[in-house]
Amino acid sequence: MNTSPNSNVPKDFTVDALQPLHELELVSLVKQGKIEAFDELIHRYGAKIFRLTYHITGNREDAEDAMQEAFLKSFSHLPQFQANSKFYTWLVRIAVNESLMKLRKRKGNMTLSLDEEIQMEDDSMPREFAAWDENPEQKYARQELRGILDGAVDTLSAPLRTVFILRDLDELSTEETAEALNLSIPAVKSRLLRARLQLREILAKHFHRGNSRE
Amino acid sequence: MSNCRKLLNELSNFLDNEIEPGLREELEKHIAKCPHCYVVFDSTKKTIQIFRGCDPYELPETLHRKLQEAVRKQYEDSTRNRP
Repeated sequence: MNTSPNSNVPKDFTVDALQPLHELELVSLVKQGKIEAFDELIHRYGAKIFRLTYHITGNREDAEDAMQEAFLKSFSHLPQFQANSKFYTWLVRIAVNESLMKLRKRKGNMTLSLDEEIQMEDDSMPREFAAWDENPEQKYARQELRGILDGAVDTLSAPLRTVFILRDLDELSTEETAEALNLSIPAVKSRLLRARLQLREILAKHFHRGNSRE
Repeated sequence: MSNCRKLLNELSNFLDNEIEPGLREELEKHIAKCPHCYVVFDSTKKTIQIFRGCDPYELPETLHRKLQEAVRKQYEDSTRNRP
C-alpha cells in the first residue's frame, strides 16, 4: 500500500472522502495536521473500543473514560506510531491498559493484570450435551439476545474475556491479538479455547433443543 | 490420549481451520461416531456464529461528540504551545 503523503489525499475532508481510506492513510493525514482524519478513526473504531473497555471494566463510566483516554493518548503519541503495525492493534493495546488502570483503581488491586497463568481446569470441561437447534438465536428478540450474550461474556475472567472479544468479536488474527495483549500465541489459543467452551456451556441453557422457548 | 480429549484440545484450531489435513480427517471421523463430541463441536461453532452475527455496538452520539471535542481541544492546545 502506498501511504506516502499526497498519494491518496482527498481534495476535501468530508466523511465521504475519508471513509474509503486505509487506516494508515488516515494516520498519515492526521500526522500532517488534518484532524478530520482522526474523526474518521473515531467513527471506525469507537464502538469496538467502547465494547472492549466496557467488557473489561464492567462499568459504563470507567468504560467511557478509558475509551476517551485511549483515543487521546493515541492521538498525542501518533508521531511515535510506527506504520509497520496496524493502528487498530496499537489502539487496542492502549485501551486495554487504560481499562486495567480503571479496574485496579476501582478494585484497589494494583497487581491485576491479563498475564496470569491460565490452566485448563474443570470450568472449561463440557457438561452440557443436549443438541442445539439450527438457528437457536432466532428464538429471542434482538434486545433479549444482546442481554444473554453480554451476560455470558461478563461471566468470563478478564484474561479470557479480552482474548475472546478481540479474536471472535473483532475478528483479529491470533497474531494480532497476541501483539495487542503482549501475550504468546499459545497463550492466546489456550485462552480462546477456554472462553469458547465456557460460553458454550452458558449459552446451552438458552439454546439447546427442547428448552422452555419451544 | 483419548479421541474425545484430542478433539477438545484441538477444537479451536479445528474451528479456525488451523490444523493439518490428516488430523482434521481423524477428528471428523471421531465426531461422526461420538454424539457428545458432535454436540460440543456443533454448539461451539454456533456459539461463535451467534456472537459474530449479533448487531455491532453503536457508539452513543453524545459520547462520540464528547470524544471529538476532547481531541480538538488537545490539538488546539498542542498547536498553541508550539514554538
